[in-house]
Amino acid sequence: MTLFGQAVISGFLLGGMYALIAIGMTLIMGVMKIINLAHGALVMVSMYVVYVCYQLWGFDPYLGLFPAMAALFLLGCFIQRYMINRLVHIESILPENQVLLTVGIMLVLTEIVRLIFKSDYRSVTTGYSGDTFFLGDISVNVPMAIGFVIAMAFTYLLHLFLTRTDIGRSIRATAQDRDAALYMGVNAPRITVITFGLGSALAAAGGALLLPIFYLWPDIGHLFTAKAFIITILGGMGSTMGAIFGGLTLGVAESLGATYISMGYKDVVGLIIFLLVLLFLPGGFRSLTKR
Amino acid sequence: MRKLSWLPLAIGALVALLLPLGLSVPYHQHILVMVLVWATLGTAWNLLGGYTGQVSFGHAAFFGLGAYAAGLLVHHLQASPWWGMLLGPVVATLFALPIGLICFRLRGPYFALAMLALGEIFRLVFTNWVSFTNGARGILILASFTSKLPYYYMALAMFAASVYVVYRLVNSKWGYYFVAIREDQDAAEALGIPSTRYKMYALLPSAALTGLAGAFYMNYVAFIDPHVVFSLGDISVMVILVVMMGGAATIWGPAVGAAIYVALSEMFRAQWGAASVLLFGILVCLVIMFLPNGVIGELDTLRRFLRRLREGYAGGKKGELLRG
Repeated sequence: MTLFGQAVISGFLLGGMYALIAIGMTLIMGVMKIINLAHGALVMVSMYVVYVCYQLWGFDPYLGLFPAMAALFLLGCFIQRYMINRLVHIESILPENQVLLTVGIMLVLTEIVRLIFKSDYRSVTTGYSGDTFFLGDISVNVPMAIGFVIAMAFTYLLHLFLTRTDIGRSIRATAQDRDAALYMGVNAPRITVITFGLGSALAAAGGALLLPIFYLWPDIGHLFTAKAFIITILGGMGSTMGAIFGGLTLGVAESLGATYISMGYKDVVGLIIFLLVLLFLPGGFRSLTKR
Repeated sequence: MRKLSWLPLAIGALVALLLPLGLSVPYHQHILVMVLVWATLGTAWNLLGGYTGQVSFGHAAFFGLGAYAAGLLVHHLQASPWWGMLLGPVVATLFALPIGLICFRLRGPYFALAMLALGEIFRLVFTNWVSFTNGARGILILASFTSKLPYYYMALAMFAASVYVVYRLVNSKWGYYFVAIREDQDAAEALGIPSTRYKMYALLPSAALTGLAGAFYMNYVAFIDPHVVFSLGDISVMVILVVMMGGAATIWGPAVGAAIYVALSEMFRAQWGAASVLLFGILVCLVIMFLPNGVIGELDTLRRFLRRLREGYAGGKKGELLRG
């Protein structure tokens, strides 16, 4: 029973941080209607920003989170403004052109980072990296707990931003119906730029929180892209609450899979859940609540 | 559909047949073989992705299945890996059937993601099922020939076969169905095209050709492991980018894309290592942004651009049109 509780708790905490990355993706997906396959690469870039801040100026990873978010916000705005938005009006044979462009962007970001930092594995060690505290019999890793709390705080702030501010409402309006939003005076192209920036910043936050737990190398982005889109589909496209539930589900499922099946098949569990949801519940968890 | 004209085709074939004889350095011949392998992969993907519009992010699954079909024959039965050239396409096709049945229930980006997930599942299973696949240690065989020439001609035959199959398919009645499904699936259904069945007709040859390329790769490189042949980044995604580069839904586009990709990666690997991938990535982004239908697909645009460069700007001074 302790083992089970242990697996659930650590999966739950990890899932909370995955959820933050996925919320960034679901936000972009909701507004742009495209899968951003560069999302993991953005997470990876932010992890390197935090790593550099740590190495050069000794910033604590949780402090490095803020410059990383700012940098990724600008990078996201740039990508959307000068690359993806250009494609909206271009006719091409394959409708998935924008998605393929994000693949190209992913490749470019990964290789730039590889060029600068090489493929070496890196990690950030803080004084509390190995610390744990106990809840009954279950030990909880401190960085994971901190990460979970900060992730949930960011999610709440995002929720306030989307529901209470003007820009937030414009983002939701654009996600619901781009044309109608345009008629209502929303500057939709500008909103897409802000949304992509915001999504990237959330990815950055997630990456910074995961840095004390994961090793860092240029190809780690693929891992996060895969997890983020699994969560996004689980939760239902464009749904923030869905992304949280999706993240927690994936975290717990992987953790249980790793504990009871095998470490190697951990990712297969997530992918199979993903396929099943895609086939039998294409609207994600959100469609369950709507019925 | 334009008809293939015979004269350029004959000249091209002659050049392709004689080219390796003129190159005495095995390394150069190796580059040609890799171009042909990638051209075959691209042509196969193009049938499903370019003509039928079903962008698959999981073609590495078929490539890997073909390669492992050949490799496991040697590993378990000590048979000649060349039997894999027959078995590989069959295995890939057999697996493509259920994969298609599952994934064609989904459309557009969802289909792409489902294929991506399936490709990854294959990689993980082949990595972890050590007793059957030898896991991450991979499979090593002895190459049959030391010279590159036999491999070159085999790869050429393979590429020619794939171009022939795709050309015949897309110029048949099926080809029009494929394009109709790509352009508007609902309209195609309304006109009485059973879209799932025709997507399957595009997937099966595509998977078979990809499996064939995989089996050939096993014979040629003589070593495979799951992270190479089932790779998401190096196979599934790369084949899409190769086709996008050359031109989706064109007969020769994938070959052009393959030539650019292999040439770049081989030219720059020596000096800058992985920077060749970076260069290719930048090129892909530029092509998608400025030549959205690829090099071959936008030949007219390119020609017009070149003519304008040569003759000065028609209809006024340079830059006048832009300002106007």
